[in-house]
Amino acid sequence: MKTPLIKLIWQRIKEPLDGWLMLFLGLIFAVSMVLLYSANNQSFDKIDNKLIYTMMALTVMWLIARMRPQSVMNFAPPIYVIGVLLLIAVHFKGITVNGSTRWLSLGVTRIQPSEILKIALPMMLAWFFQKYELSLRWWHYLVAAGLMLVPVALVLKQPDLGTALLIAAAGFFVLFFAGLPWKVIFSGIVLAGASMPLVWNHLHDYQRKRVLTLIDPTTDPLGTGYHIIQSMIAIGSGGPWGKGWLNGTQTHLDYIPERTTDFIFAVYSEEFGLIGNLVLLVLYLLVISRALMITASAQTLYGRLMAASITMSFFVYAFVNMGMVSGILPVVGVPLPFMSYGGTATVTLFIGMGMLMGISNLRRN
Amino acid sequence: MRRPNRFKNPQNDEEQFELRLIIAYGLIILLFLTLLARFVWLQVLQHDHFSTLAQNNRISLVPILPNRGLILDRNGIVLAQNYSAYTLELTPSKIPDLAATIAKLKTLADVTPRDEKLFKKLLGDSKNFEAVPLKVKLTDQEAARVAANAWQLPGVEVKARLFRDYPYKEMTSHVLGYIGRINQKDKERLDDEDKTTNYKGTNYIGKTGLEAVYEDDLHGQVGFEEVETDSGGRAVRSLRRTPPVNGNTLKLALDIRLQEMADKLFGQRRGALVAIDPSTGGVLAFLSKPGFDPSLFIDGIDSQTWSALNTDWQKPLINRALRGTYPPGSTFKPFMAMAALMTHSIGLRDIRPAPGYFTLPGSSHQFRDSKKQGNGMVNLQRAITVSSDTFFYKLAWDMGIDKIHPVVGSFGLGSKTGIDLDGEASGILPSKEWKEKRFARYKPEVRRWYPADVVSVGIGQGFNAYTPLQMANATAIMANNGQVFKPHLVQQIVDSKSGEARLIEPKPVRQLPYPQEYFDYIKEGMHGVMISGTGARVGVGLQYSMAGKTGTAQVVAIKQGAKYNAAALAEQYRDHSWFIAFAPVEKPKIAVAIIVENAGFGAAAAAPVARGLFDFYLLGKVPKDLDGLLKTVPQENGDAAATGEQNENAAD
Repeated sequence: MKTPLIKLIWQRIKEPLDGWLMLFLGLIFAVSMVLLYSANNQSFDKIDNKLIYTMMALTVMWLIARMRPQSVMNFAPPIYVIGVLLLIAVHFKGITVNGSTRWLSLGVTRIQPSEILKIALPMMLAWFFQKYELSLRWWHYLVAAGLMLVPVALVLKQPDLGTALLIAAAGFFVLFFAGLPWKVIFSGIVLAGASMPLVWNHLHDYQRKRVLTLIDPTTDPLGTGYHIIQSMIAIGSGGPWGKGWLNGTQTHLDYIPERTTDFIFAVYSEEFGLIGNLVLLVLYLLVISRALMITASAQTLYGRLMAASITMSFFVYAFVNMGMVSGILPVVGVPLPFMSYGGTATVTLFIGMGMLMGISNLRRN
Repeated sequence: MRRPNRFKNPQNDEEQFELRLIIAYGLIILLFLTLLARFVWLQVLQHDHFSTLAQNNRISLVPILPNRGLILDRNGIVLAQNYSAYTLELTPSKIPDLAATIAKLKTLADVTPRDEKLFKKLLGDSKNFEAVPLKVKLTDQEAARVAANAWQLPGVEVKARLFRDYPYKEMTSHVLGYIGRINQKDKERLDDEDKTTNYKGTNYIGKTGLEAVYEDDLHGQVGFEEVETDSGGRAVRSLRRTPPVNGNTLKLALDIRLQEMADKLFGQRRGALVAIDPSTGGVLAFLSKPGFDPSLFIDGIDSQTWSALNTDWQKPLINRALRGTYPPGSTFKPFMAMAALMTHSIGLRDIRPAPGYFTLPGSSHQFRDSKKQGNGMVNLQRAITVSSDTFFYKLAWDMGIDKIHPVVGSFGLGSKTGIDLDGEASGILPSKEWKEKRFARYKPEVRRWYPADVVSVGIGQGFNAYTPLQMANATAIMANNGQVFKPHLVQQIVDSKSGEARLIEPKPVRQLPYPQEYFDYIKEGMHGVMISGTGARVGVGLQYSMAGKTGTAQVVAIKQGAKYNAAALAEQYRDHSWFIAFAPVEKPKIAVAIIVENAGFGAAAAAPVARGLFDFYLLGKVPKDLDGLLKTVPQENGDAAATGEQNENAAD
């Protein structure tokens, strides 16, 4: 029986994409579009943009999803090296905005090299562990830690605590799933606790302020505390059922800062209430669950480590963002996955999802 | 191709991986549950709290100020009004460099050093985020220049504001008082009286006079606009508007044309005049000279002007009509007469001697009469007319203070009249108890009431001290045969909303229980003053019947045997000139009490003022030659016939 050509093409198109993952992501995306319309004062300009870069990101995802993880893996060292070099370039020739040097000018546009490292570092580490999978010694972990610390230190220097932590987290997850001994993990935690005062002394004033404001936002109601207070008011006043779509007064009267990007969850929470939050948490949990299933059945060590790191990073983004907007974590610049407006973060996320789907295609039965 | 590895065991490795995956998943669920708990706390448990906060965020109340009520005289002539003018206001919290901003503003508007000084003072009293005026009443050009440069002057605003204006300035300052910026003390009081809300956005409040007494009526009700605001405080849209209720209009009993005439008649002299309509208690004229320009106080007075006003020897800030207490001199005699009649100390037809002097039994001290040779044998009525001191010395001595006090007191002397002005002085109507209390900290011999004390009291000297208002009130009661009204300045309060006039009822407070024939008798004595008595010169050519009583209040005691010589005394030690009067006698329309400070005999200075005033009020006559009128009576003590109360001496 001859398979019709159209069906072959369809299979080809369909094959690399994980159906469940696509479904959950599609639902989140739909929610985000509805929300963006409200958050952006019912204007379509950002929606148009979001559609355009989402399409671009989807294309990238689709391309990556069709590639075999092993082929992608081979790009790990060069991407990592380029990423680190770009970070060094940022250090010397970067663009400074608000006291932070994070960007490189590429003429027409500018890029944020730290964003590349969010994918490049776990790739590099996963590559590294796969390469030494059978001859793994304790010092390999040291080397891995070194590979991780270089970009993290460079990003911290910018300074960009949020991104540095996210990169470090992505790297740590690879180490963790690669079998970093519990002893090391616990001593690391103890050490981190002990070095807190030292870290505190090295923090920038604005970072310290953020931490202090978290403990009591009212100490600086018109400064750093303002964001937290206003977003807490938005969430709290949303109540169990929400104020309804387009009816968030906090949002529409401009009380929510960065309401289309990092603080979009406050908008969502105000308009859709606790019930909406529950729906969103469930959607995220579904994505994570599906991603962990893919992780668990990945064929290679690289695949497992990469999938685990992507999944955990995805979770960390969602958790940290919602945690900061609802006032239980310090305000660090972390977008809410697939909800926040912004091209770079979305493309990074979709690349990650593409890799997950690629790994999903090569699952063991 | 796998080689065994001491460190790693692939099988082990995968188990380890799966274990860690499960741990991670557990952690993820746990952390999501933490988030959920947080959401429940915020959105369910704290929902009400945050809803309130969101509501407060969103809606701000913008006060809309009511226009302050007008003050009109009895004929509807405006005495206090509002006009709109530009003010230059600075909000310190929005200004990065205050000094530089002021320097810049000086190039745009005429900011005087006085403006600047005042601004600094107001700045000290205000909060940082409040707008403080730097200069009021900008010209159109100044306002335009500042507006054109507004872009480089953050925190600077030109606002149209309503200002209070008193067209009659000094002439009404002691009646109307003035409004001024709300200070900390006012704020505390408003807070105590629970009126803070109604003063949102209000800068001014009545400080003295009617402006203060009728503050609640004049101020009105602040309106509010509920405005939805964004995070920058900018109004997005108006949700609801509660319009302000403008202040009520006060319609006074005062006749400003009469007041104006009184002011003219006074000229540059100091003193006070109160004219009352005896049939209602309405105050027709209320003058305290000199006055001051109330507009000096409206935006806060600078210390120079303040100390100049305060140290002025003429004391323009003192409301003499309300707070000045003076011995009434012989104007006391008609009330003394009523006391004598009521206590049967003398009969209507009793005739007694009025010699040139009076000596206390067992004493060599001579109380002299103003008329050296005395007035011969007179009855009480004639004693009033000629103002015989010796007659009243003897009468007082015979009566004693206990008989004088209650009857004189019933005319309101020595107690507050209850006029609608704050700060009224109660004066002194002496009594044994009063002296005991007044000198409580002194030795018993000082505290004790001596029978001789009553002698000088009997002719309105000694411890007697009354305000011109009290004297006018007492005169009105006398004129009206004992009907007591509460003197009042405000006659009607016209509701700004309904236009309805609330009448201040001219109901008599009480009726003095004295026989009509006594009133007639005393009034006839006073009528005689204008015909053949001490006021005869002033009474020449009267076209209506007028009753009066002259008085001279001693400022310094004259030593025994010394002769009063006004010319030899510094002006401020010369006697005060008193006059009380009412007209027409048959049906009094106006009663007046006048004191001209340091002007000598009552007939000399105060009485002509009353005559001019009555002519104007009753006949509409405007004296053509005011100076001439004042010169119709001698200013010095040469004419004994016309001036009956020369050298009224207090007991030493």
